[in-house]
Amino acid sequence: MVEFTLPKNSKIKTGRTHKALNGARNIRKFKVYRYDADSGENPRVDTFELDMDNCGPMVLDALIKIKNEIDSSLTFRRSCREGVCGSCSMNVDGTNTLACIKNMEEIKGDIKVYPLPHMPVVKDLVPDLTQAYAQYTSIKPWLQADTQAPGTERLQSPEEREKLDGLWECVLCFCCSTSCPSYWWNSDRYLGPAALLQAYRWLVDSRDEGTGERLDELEDPFRLYRCHTIMNCTNTCPKHLNPAKAIAETKKLMVERR
Amino acid sequence: MSLRSDLGRVRGLGSAKEGTSHWWAQRLTAVALLPLSFWFVWSAINLVGVDHIGFKNWLNENANLVLMILFVGSLFYHMQLGLQVVIEDYVHGEKKKVTSLVLNLFVALFFGVSSIVALLKVAFGS
Repeated sequence: MVEFTLPKNSKIKTGRTHKALNGARNIRKFKVYRYDADSGENPRVDTFELDMDNCGPMVLDALIKIKNEIDSSLTFRRSCREGVCGSCSMNVDGTNTLACIKNMEEIKGDIKVYPLPHMPVVKDLVPDLTQAYAQYTSIKPWLQADTQAPGTERLQSPEEREKLDGLWECVLCFCCSTSCPSYWWNSDRYLGPAALLQAYRWLVDSRDEGTGERLDELEDPFRLYRCHTIMNCTNTCPKHLNPAKAIAETKKLMVERR
Repeated sequence: MSLRSDLGRVRGLGSAKEGTSHWWAQRLTAVALLPLSFWFVWSAINLVGVDHIGFKNWLNENANLVLMILFVGSLFYHMQLGLQVVIEDYVHGEKKKVTSLVLNLFVALFFGVSSIVALLKVAFGS
């Protein structure tokens, strides 16, 4: 059966508290999930007090400040710091988002930072996304065409190009997939909203000639039809995309071709 | 421990190439059940206090019998489809899952067919 409680070695304990320096006036508390497999200890939540007068506005700014000035062992992924690389996806204040574009002013009270839910944790805020990446690979996210490539670009009408809007912007941060209860319970077979949005991106690409085979590969009670329109994916997407709609449109294509 | 590649594991046994019929049937039965349920509740309210003969006469009208059979049929079909999804979602472990799925199908069929037989017996019985 589905596991509704954490296994014993995953129960979260209270960790250390790092007080702000004397003289700090604008203090906010950060509760950050910490886990180090090498230590053999259970995960813990450390508390960091930061002087907001000396910190950038985004959650990622605070995490970098903690790593630079308080605890260099704090581990997280980050790269572009402007919401285009998808590296710093994590659970902030109970919702999956990109730490770099999450303004701390939007959060009331203590700022709680956890890794993406229901994924194996490598260390601290770094989840193991191996399977999610493999699922992305499995939908063949590249153009498939038998028609010989023209000497120039493959052309699209403006209307055809428009169909890709709301899909190409996905940065593969997997906030959506890891917010989906269906993905939590059945990620071994359900592709999850991130991979399915990408699959739809190729299904509606007018230049792609593999639509039928792509639909064949998706038509499966688990791969596609585990989506029960829960909508967490759309609610959580930090890029304001709509994976639930992409999945619904895919289901419509399935009916259309019957 | 398995040394199988991640892609190999994700591809697994491949696509079942089905699921659309199930999904579509669930939607269609839902759409059918919407007016049928309203009709059933409305009829049941109108039949309050009616004795067996009165109910038999009501059921003997073609439209009522047809709609009752359609209502019961769609209801149990829809129930079976829905419960199947719940089982697939939450019951893990192949043995437990297959047993639950078969049981779900048989129970729904049994009660669905029993209900329809009961309706026919009341309508046409002496």
